[in-house]
Amino acid sequence: MSAVAAPREQAPREMSGPVLGMVLFVASEAMFFAAFFGGYFTIKANAKEWPPAGIPHLEITIATILTVILVLSSAVIQLSLRSIKSGDTRRAKVFLAGTIALGIVFLLLQLYDYSQLGFGVKDGAFGTLFYVMTGIHMAHVLGGVVFLCLVFGQAMGGLLSPGNHDSLAAGAIYWDFVDVVWVLLFTTFYLLTPR
Amino acid sequence: MAVTEAPSRALAPEPERGRLLDWLKTTDHKKIGILYLISSFSFFAVGGVFALLMRTELAQPGTQIFQPHAYNQLFTLHGTLMIFLVIFPLLAGFGNYFVPLQIGALDMAFPRINALSFWLLPVGGLTILSGFFANGGAAAAGWTGYPPLSEQLGTGQDLWIAGLIIVGTASILGGINFIVTILRMRAPGMTMMRMPVFTWSILATSLLVILAAPVLTAGLVMLFADRRLGTVFFDPTQGGVVLLWQHVFWFFGHPEVYMLILGAWGVVTEIISVFSGKPIFSYRGVVLSFLLITALSFSVWAHHMFATGAVELPFFSVTTELISIPTGVLFFIWLGTLWKGKLRFEPPMLFALGFVAMFLIGGINGVWAASPAMDFAIHDTYWVVAHLHYVLFGGTIFGVFAGMYYWFPKMTGRMLSRKLGIWQFWLQLVGFNLTFFPMHILGLRGMPRRIADYAPDRGWSFLNLIATVGAFVIAIAMVIFFVNIFLTLRKPRSAPDDPWDANTLEWATTSPPPAHNFDSLPPIHSDRPVYDLRTARGEAGA
Repeated sequence: MSAVAAPREQAPREMSGPVLGMVLFVASEAMFFAAFFGGYFTIKANAKEWPPAGIPHLEITIATILTVILVLSSAVIQLSLRSIKSGDTRRAKVFLAGTIALGIVFLLLQLYDYSQLGFGVKDGAFGTLFYVMTGIHMAHVLGGVVFLCLVFGQAMGGLLSPGNHDSLAAGAIYWDFVDVVWVLLFTTFYLLTPR
Repeated sequence: MAVTEAPSRALAPEPERGRLLDWLKTTDHKKIGILYLISSFSFFAVGGVFALLMRTELAQPGTQIFQPHAYNQLFTLHGTLMIFLVIFPLLAGFGNYFVPLQIGALDMAFPRINALSFWLLPVGGLTILSGFFANGGAAAAGWTGYPPLSEQLGTGQDLWIAGLIIVGTASILGGINFIVTILRMRAPGMTMMRMPVFTWSILATSLLVILAAPVLTAGLVMLFADRRLGTVFFDPTQGGVVLLWQHVFWFFGHPEVYMLILGAWGVVTEIISVFSGKPIFSYRGVVLSFLLITALSFSVWAHHMFATGAVELPFFSVTTELISIPTGVLFFIWLGTLWKGKLRFEPPMLFALGFVAMFLIGGINGVWAASPAMDFAIHDTYWVVAHLHYVLFGGTIFGVFAGMYYWFPKMTGRMLSRKLGIWQFWLQLVGFNLTFFPMHILGLRGMPRRIADYAPDRGWSFLNLIATVGAFVIAIAMVIFFVNIFLTLRKPRSAPDDPWDANTLEWATTSPPPAHNFDSLPPIHSDRPVYDLRTARGEAGA
């Protein structure tokens, strides 16, 4: 207690309020998805066979493409963030638009994938888990696309600069999180499910 | 209420409407804090009336006024409202008003999100209550909503799910806001280890909220999907697991218990220190206990599920006993603070001492239930009802009233009547024990909770009658409280800035504070800046 506080000395290295807020929100979202993964493994542990009889084998090709798209988009948004930090707003906008485009392609391709799977949400425990978990993730991708569109609007309005790009930094954290969740979903449903 | 306007403006043509609009669109943390309190006490009145109706039904054997299905709706909504729309938002209301003041900040970090997280609350609460107009009535599966019952009921159950998701979202946004405010907006000199213990308690609560509330949301999504989308999360005939709900619910539900009590611990610790005229016996001990409890609270959820036979009994029993250790440390810190203090028995102190005594009983009867052997006998009996009310009413609600009497002068510039406060306290203490102490014995005699009727030959009738009488004594105490508020608000502002000789920063500004909170901040060299200021002035004067 004796030392005099130097509260704002490290200010530049500190995370800004809005970015910290997003980190906390992502922590909260992580617990939200964790509950579903907990549900998945609880139900799987109680099942006699997994995947249950009558569920057609999941075709992995499209899912792999989906994974590549989303991981790529995470790299692209980091490039956008890097560009804005170095003052190159034009490149930042291009990369941001690229991220949004990849997000939209992901959503459309996943909807197509749903139409090809051959089982539905009402097909027992596997259908339940698959569609609810990937569906909630899909809603998060959609939310991310909307958020990034708003950031893009800010960028077009000239509101982002090297010193002020909290919205893009926060958007990138959220987007990376959505990406990580997809990788976990892909691993759980495609790689860890016996074929 | 806390509107600071020149008198001339009050004579302007449309003052009332303008003032109301001010409140509706405000982003001032102080006004939002008061809105939280108004909303919470309104739901408190509704939930309290539900409780009185239940006690009236149970006063004697036989069904007098409610058929079982109506009774089920009453206890479901009583629990849901009291937990999600009364106790938690009351503490959040105090947090909103006082955390920025206690750390010397201008406002919360995100004022507009703050307003949003408040306004979602009445929306969620009314959504849940609107179930009474639905086909089949309101939710009736208990506040815990266990399937399969919660999957079979009518639309009211869907409205319950929707309302809780809204309330949960509100609390997550609020939690994020508190954490960012506390980590980023402290005044110069206000280090973490100089923050008031109440602010610490809100920080710990917020951590619990952002990590546990989303788990409930996930469970509610599963429940809704099962009800309306044809999924089978909780349907064992289709490969689902019915106990999954209990795991998910209580993984949220037990941290939730600490969300409902930590804030009250913060209030009471501060009040005991002020009204004993002593520093907190161990400030570091309090902070450490808060943090330990926060961490441990994620490891105890399945003690709600001992009787299912599907959980690891020794593990969850041990973790539960473990979490009672930091809680016990808090008791010793309160006693140590009181020891040889110059005690002043003002209403805030009376309620704080009432809190310590009642929460002690709630702690001990809880530790009993933490033993699986004991729990098998008392699970789902009135013992549990006694336990949870000793914690949430004897604990948190006493703490909330301590806070109301303590902070009311700061919020409104007016002192609540001491006389009425003392009347309220004694009636509340007597009524509370009349109502809930007999429930221990009822539980040991095997009376199950959540029943609308019981046979006259069980030996439960007399104790139930006493409990009902006690409930109406509590109601009288509550009426006295509301009368006290009403009468006090009609008086002129006369409260000094620091009526209690308190310690923390909120007492360094005017009562009520200006919109910008502080004209100037005192220097902060300890966790008691206002005490430091007072003693420095005393020395300068001498």
